[in-house]
Amino acid sequence: MNIERKRKISGLMALTFSTLAALIGLFWLVFILGDVVMNGIGALKLSLFFNDPVPPGVEGGGLRNAFVGQFLITLLATVIGVPIGVLGGTYLAEYGRGRTLSRIISMLSDIMVSVPSIVIGTFVYAILVKPVGHFNGWAGAVALAIIMVPVVLRTTENMLSLVPWTVREAAFALGAPYYKVIIQVVYRGAATGILTGILLSIARVTGETAPLLFTSFNNAYFTVNMKEPISSLTVSIFQYAMGPYDIWHAQAWAAAFVITMFILVLTISGRLLLRWRYKQ
Amino acid sequence: MRSLLPILTKKNPLDLLFSAITALASMTVIVFIIGILWVLATRSWPALQKFGIFDFVTSLSWDPVKENFGAATSIFGTVVTTVLSLVLAIPLAIGIAIFITEIAPNFLKGPVGIAIELLAAIPSIIYGMWGLFTLAPLMSKYVEPALQSTLGKVPVIEVLFRGTPLGIDILTASVILSIMIIPFTASIARDSFNLTPAVVKESAYALGATQWEVVKDVVVPYSKLGVFGGIVLSLGRALGETMAVAFVLGNNHKIATSLFDAASTITVTLANEFTEADKDIYLSSLFGLALVLFAMSFATLAISKVILMRAEKKYPR
Repeated sequence: MNIERKRKISGLMALTFSTLAALIGLFWLVFILGDVVMNGIGALKLSLFFNDPVPPGVEGGGLRNAFVGQFLITLLATVIGVPIGVLGGTYLAEYGRGRTLSRIISMLSDIMVSVPSIVIGTFVYAILVKPVGHFNGWAGAVALAIIMVPVVLRTTENMLSLVPWTVREAAFALGAPYYKVIIQVVYRGAATGILTGILLSIARVTGETAPLLFTSFNNAYFTVNMKEPISSLTVSIFQYAMGPYDIWHAQAWAAAFVITMFILVLTISGRLLLRWRYKQ
Repeated sequence: MRSLLPILTKKNPLDLLFSAITALASMTVIVFIIGILWVLATRSWPALQKFGIFDFVTSLSWDPVKENFGAATSIFGTVVTTVLSLVLAIPLAIGIAIFITEIAPNFLKGPVGIAIELLAAIPSIIYGMWGLFTLAPLMSKYVEPALQSTLGKVPVIEVLFRGTPLGIDILTASVILSIMIIPFTASIARDSFNLTPAVVKESAYALGATQWEVVKDVVVPYSKLGVFGGIVLSLGRALGETMAVAFVLGNNHKIATSLFDAASTITVTLANEFTEADKDIYLSSLFGLALVLFAMSFATLAISKVILMRAEKKYPR
């Protein structure tokens, strides 16, 4: 009797703790997002998108330079990183399928995905900033591209592996060479999955700050010249939040709101897309 | 079917070209890793040579004026915040995984799982900013004085709660880090729990086990390898986290004894000082720090990968 009670009570306690843990997790999510939304919306003004920064004390500054800079850096990173990632993933899933080398590369990619991004920043600083003599936008784009490649590569590999082998055999039977089978049949079958992987990788690098600190750095002026230091939203947020002025803090919150919403929308729609495509 | 491949690929020169291009693209990952190692090693060589590798890692001095650099204080900060954040995160993450797999009604499983994973999607700079403007004041006003007046009165461990609670300290940084790594541990633990065959669980229920006993004696033992791999992965991620801690840790190169002391991690030192390093030996020492961090996180992540692969092999889906 006594043991029965003890078992029941300890069971109840453990299950209550688990439920509480889930509630705490949700609490943090709501707390952080709520804070960003409340502080961000209040500070959101049209001038944020259309004006360049002004000296503290002057009214009406914005972060147009950072929005444009962020867009350019991310765009170039995508242009560099995605083809390498997709092609690399193609090798792992198709020509190199089952080879030891492929297994090693996909394992290393998994590790690379989690390698501290600030280390990648120092690496790119050494190869693209130091030799040039000054910070530049290209270095920032390359740093983000290096972060993107393993992410895209692994998702591509996984998505291509989901395409049934029989589909390829059917195409082989029609006399198609392997490269045609891959491009015209396998890619088509995996297109939604690969595209989602690309979206998620863009979401991932948009929030990166550390690798941009030593590469694209920051620029208080509007520029589209990638050979010069160029501003980005994340680095601007860092600078403004650490700064002493209230107006800077407000703008940092507004920028944080925009970037968080962008990333969340991209992440959630990516997940929905995957679920819709690969309904089980 | 694999034996067909060489014949199929040999026939067409374009196939040869395409396979070569894709192979090259996949090699870039190896090139990046070797490149990072090579660049960090050569750049940090002047500092490592001047101070000696062992002395660089163990020296407590970080003095840009006297140009005397050692990594120990930064390594200490990295290890302390990481361990503390794991201690805070692991029970919660496993609790969350148990909730999602065993307790939650079906209609809640998906949404709660996605909500927890969204924590991983929030960029670390947002965590840092939130920590600086929202969490740190709350910590210094309520949480830390409360800790000081309770645990701070207990002999021996009171050392950990000395000092003025400013909120910019090890404790706040660890709390933020723990929130960031919860989703990684939780989602891997959840996946591992889900691998437990229903038959095994049902047999335990048939013997009269309670829900908690099934979790404790069947699900957890069955999936412990995977959960452990997830914990090591979170460890690797926490080591390299930069922006979330850069805001709330101060940048203080000393061995802190209290949770309310400011400290520095390798990442915080790099973020704060890299662009300001005016002397070659200073920059070289910072590259040395980056090398230490790369080695630490790479090793941890490799171990976690091996564990997770072994867990997968043992209990295939």
